[in-house]
Amino acid sequence: MSLTAKDKDVVKALWAKISKSADAIGAEALSRMLSVYPQTKTYFSHWPDLSPGSASVKAHGKRVMGGVALGVSKIDDLTNGLLDLSEQHAFQLRVDPANFKILSHCILVVIATMFAKEFTPEAHVALDKFLVALSLALAEKYR
Amino acid sequence: MRTSAPRLCAGTTPSRHTHSRFKVVRVENPSRSDPLSPSSSRCLIVYPWTQRYFGAFGNLYNAEAIMSNPNIAAHGITVLHGLDRAVKNMDNIKATYAELSVLHSEKLHVDPDNFKLLSDCLTIVIAAKLGKDFTPETQATFQKFLAVVVSALGRQYH
Repeated sequence: MSLTAKDKDVVKALWAKISKSADAIGAEALSRMLSVYPQTKTYFSHWPDLSPGSASVKAHGKRVMGGVALGVSKIDDLTNGLLDLSEQHAFQLRVDPANFKILSHCILVVIATMFAKEFTPEAHVALDKFLVALSLALAEKYR
Repeated sequence: MRTSAPRLCAGTTPSRHTHSRFKVVRVENPSRSDPLSPSSSRCLIVYPWTQRYFGAFGNLYNAEAIMSNPNIAAHGITVLHGLDRAVKNMDNIKATYAELSVLHSEKLHVDPDNFKLLSDCLTIVIAAKLGKDFTPETQATFQKFLAVVVSALGRQYH
């Protein structure tokens, strides 16, 4: 299920429309992930405050969307483009890759709530594929 | 053509673990002219392999064809009717869905993973419809409800 040329164009076009809200999307997606999938909180036991809108959640949401932005810029070669991030997740953070799907779903939900008109079925399928490809690239160095 | 579609009723979902009660949001079934498109049409576009079950439904060649296909729209209503039954029998979804589960397994031969795909699509379509009213708490409750539905639908498979 690799990204077609059309998928890449659709993702870049959608990203152009939503990227200025990237920080807000990230914070909201992360908040939702923590409350809808409470098992994900296990990765953040070192945070003083896991509530929505907390400084930790906002900062981390921004960081996550920075990764998504990097993915968009490296969309023609996600595996190599995300090598450093993959190593970080594999050897330092050691996040179970199943959680990438969970966070991807939350990102899609937030984009749907904030950009309903732009989030057409075509945009949805392209972005879903992109996030799957991004997740795979992130898991590249795991084993 | 605006369909006289069922609404997902407001109700309460018993938590599997804490027995606390939450509200499930009431939403309207979008009409075919609604640009947000029903969730089963969306599912066929986002996860095209699900089209395997709709060979007799006519033109599914592209997104436009799928979204304007009357058979698919009618099927979306069938699915929402089924969800409505779950909402009306929220304390006993397992028993309510026993026959439906047998139907999906024995007659329709649907891979149960598809139920999860459809429920993800439904969540996203409703999120688009409700916007910021689809709060994290609502999403959590709704997804919990859908997880019970998905489990009940897959229960009679063997």
